Amino acid sequence: MSIKYTPDHEWVDTTDGIATVGITVHAQDALGDVVFVDLPDVGKSFAAKEVAGVVESVKAAADVYAPISGEIVEVNEALRADPSLANTDPLKSGWFFKVKLSNPAELDGLMDTTAYDELVKNS
Amino acid sequence: MSADQNLNTPLHKTPLHALHLELGAKMVPFAGYDMPVQYPAGVMAEHKHTRAQAGLFDVSHMGQVLLVGDDAAAALETLVPVDIVDLGMFKQRYALFTADDGGILDDLMVARRTDGLFVVVNAGCRDQDIAHMQKHLSGRCEVRPLPDQALLALQGPQAVTALSRLNPGVAQLVFMTGGFFDLDGIPTFVTRSGYTGEDGYEISVAADRSVELARKLLAQPEVMPIGLGARDSLRLEAGLCLYGHDIDTTTTPVEASLTWAIQKVRRAGGARAGGYPGAAVIDRQFAEGAARKRVGLVSSERMPVREGAKLVNADGQEIGVVTSGTLGPTVGKPVALAYVQTPYAALGTELFAEVRGKRTPMTVSSTPFTPNGYFRG
Repeated sequence: MSIKYTPDHEWVDTTDGIATVGITVHAQDALGDVVFVDLPDVGKSFAAKEVAGVVESVKAAADVYAPISGEIVEVNEALRADPSLANTDPLKSGWFFKVKLSNPAELDGLMDTTAYDELVKNS
Repeated sequence: MSADQNLNTPLHKTPLHALHLELGAKMVPFAGYDMPVQYPAGVMAEHKHTRAQAGLFDVSHMGQVLLVGDDAAAALETLVPVDIVDLGMFKQRYALFTADDGGILDDLMVARRTDGLFVVVNAGCRDQDIAHMQKHLSGRCEVRPLPDQALLALQGPQAVTALSRLNPGVAQLVFMTGGFFDLDGIPTFVTRSGYTGEDGYEISVAADRSVELARKLLAQPEVMPIGLGARDSLRLEAGLCLYGHDIDTTTTPVEASLTWAIQKVRRAGGARAGGYPGAAVIDRQFAEGAARKRVGLVSSERMPVREGAKLVNADGQEIGVVTSGTLGPTVGKPVALAYVQTPYAALGTELFAEVRGKRTPMTVSSTPFTPNGYFRG
């Protein structure tokens, strides 16, 4: 399954119905140094585009959305302990949370790599 | 984005604008100017570097004004609750423009120089402050704005090491004093003061020599360029007010815990008591206290508490509001400035900030949140 992206600069990597969600390189660059992340509670369910968490830099807080609907099955405790992972390794160890998809068809509405790269280039 | 930015008006540029772009700054609008919020190093690194070595800030957007004439000090005392008449030559003092209801119109720095009183005001209030001084002081002294001067700040424990290379004489200045110094041949007026809590200098230099001076300073091994993002986190950790946030027209100096800036001679019973706007209100608050006070807050949790957050007591009753807050890069904890009802202003008082529907505990704490580094000789 290829990685998908949202217009809010989040990436979604799905395997066997579980989607791992994080913020993109572009997002962490725009945010600056991340000092705090507010992660959703495990077991909580979100609809697509609902605010699931918050990522904060020294200057400001920004919402993190659930890119697709589902139940949170895991959150990244390493990120909670060291928010700078969102800057240093946003695509791997800086992941935010994992969602059990309730409606996998929603993935079709997200951007692929080419479309996301275009978005970033034009922003 | 600034709410009062007229999208049709182009942003002003300081004399160092092209240099900021050359250095890779991320630019944002601030008080009508296109200013660097950070350079490639980022806010955290710039903040920490300033406390460890030396940071160079472009603060040319601020207003510089000279008040000229023998009566300038007595005249300025009609606008500020501060002792200016007895301010010694080449000494600098913090002051407040007050309103008739005791509120604060702006905070400023005043230094006595051989050519007059050198006044530095906030960028966001500059035009109003100049008009205010012209309206009330023009009959008694000349109010001379200095639009062709740039202003640089060099802050940090190594600022003296770096600046001394351009003129060893600056090392003799102590905190809140100044002098005219040629810095490697460039004429400047320098004060040993700033807005970070660290030792350091503010340097008034002709706009057409400012880039040259900035490059000489950036060439020093200790010096890095620092943006407004780190300027804000530095001053907040130092417990320093930001006008428009921690102080404004609705806060009196007593409520704002700034009574230390009002010398005894200007208080009731002093030789030059009153005579400034709002004196009756402020003197009454000196005598009877104020209903609310500005305090410092620290959290032992990780979540930053920011401007606008409500403060409640253990029973959930609203008792105050946060006016500035961040995760302090040096302190390593969330810190904030806030107004609380006076019964909750005692050091060690525990209260709660509401953030996104959750309550996080905070403790009333003294400021600065990290020790000052001022050089007192």
